[in-house]
Amino acid sequence: MTPLVFVSLALCGGLGAALRFWLDGAITARLRKPFPYATAVINVSGSFALGLLMGAAAGALVSESVALIVGTGFLGGYTTFSTASVETVRLTQQGRWLAGLINGIGMLVLAVAAAALGWALMSLL
Amino acid sequence: MNSTHRPPHRQWRFLVLVAAGGAIGSAARAAIALAFPDTVFPAATLTVNLLGAFGLGVLLEALSRFGDDRGRRRVLRLAGGTGFFGGFTTYSTFALETARLVDSSLGIAVGYALMTVVIGVVATVLGVVAGAGIHRRRSQNGGTA
Repeated sequence: MTPLVFVSLALCGGLGAALRFWLDGAITARLRKPFPYATAVINVSGSFALGLLMGAAAGALVSESVALIVGTGFLGGYTTFSTASVETVRLTQQGRWLAGLINGIGMLVLAVAAAALGWALMSLL
Repeated sequence: MNSTHRPPHRQWRFLVLVAAGGAIGSAARAAIALAFPDTVFPAATLTVNLLGAFGLGVLLEALSRFGDDRGRRRVLRLAGGTGFFGGFTTYSTFALETARLVDSSLGIAVGYALMTVVIGVVATVLGVVAGAGIHRRRSQNGGTA
């Protein structure tokens, strides 16, 4: 990885994190639900986008640098595992075990399916 | 509307704080990914996600015990929690790695996915306990000093 790619990756990671913060706030303010939907929306959409991007990279449609900057950087910063884990723990702390299980396992299944779908769509090209 | 009455996610200074933390967290994640050798098992992603799940648990629990989410505590939560740990950990790479592993070995894919989520929850709980401990020790020191 060249220094320029590394710095671009970091900056795009910052942009992705800011978009996550903004979207999380916007979704949470509108929904006003006691379930952390926003993080699920962010992680599933980001996983789909990474599937598309890396599928395109595997087919040499985008360069390795773009894959690193947009994939590892932007989408890596946009999606988050730590917040998802904290929200699962908070649900179980409130005694909402089923909601915790759905948040933990449901998000996993949806995100993996979304990533696989993105990848499969790109391999059709 | 005065900018201080806007919710945090619509204030530029907070967006910039999250972006700064997220850039450092993403750089740290990329550096760890470079340091790990390429193997079938995605050990680099597992490492950052478990470390981050622990770290965010410590930070958020300690901050919430020290007081309301404002001033320096809010700055630390947004730059360190939402920004750094949010950017350090990743769900998209985790999900795509799992999806790609399904093609080669369903067992490794399911094992990797469940290991990440379950140990992630354990790491967060340990972080919460550690965060509560930091608050307890600080308050005791503050009380006797």
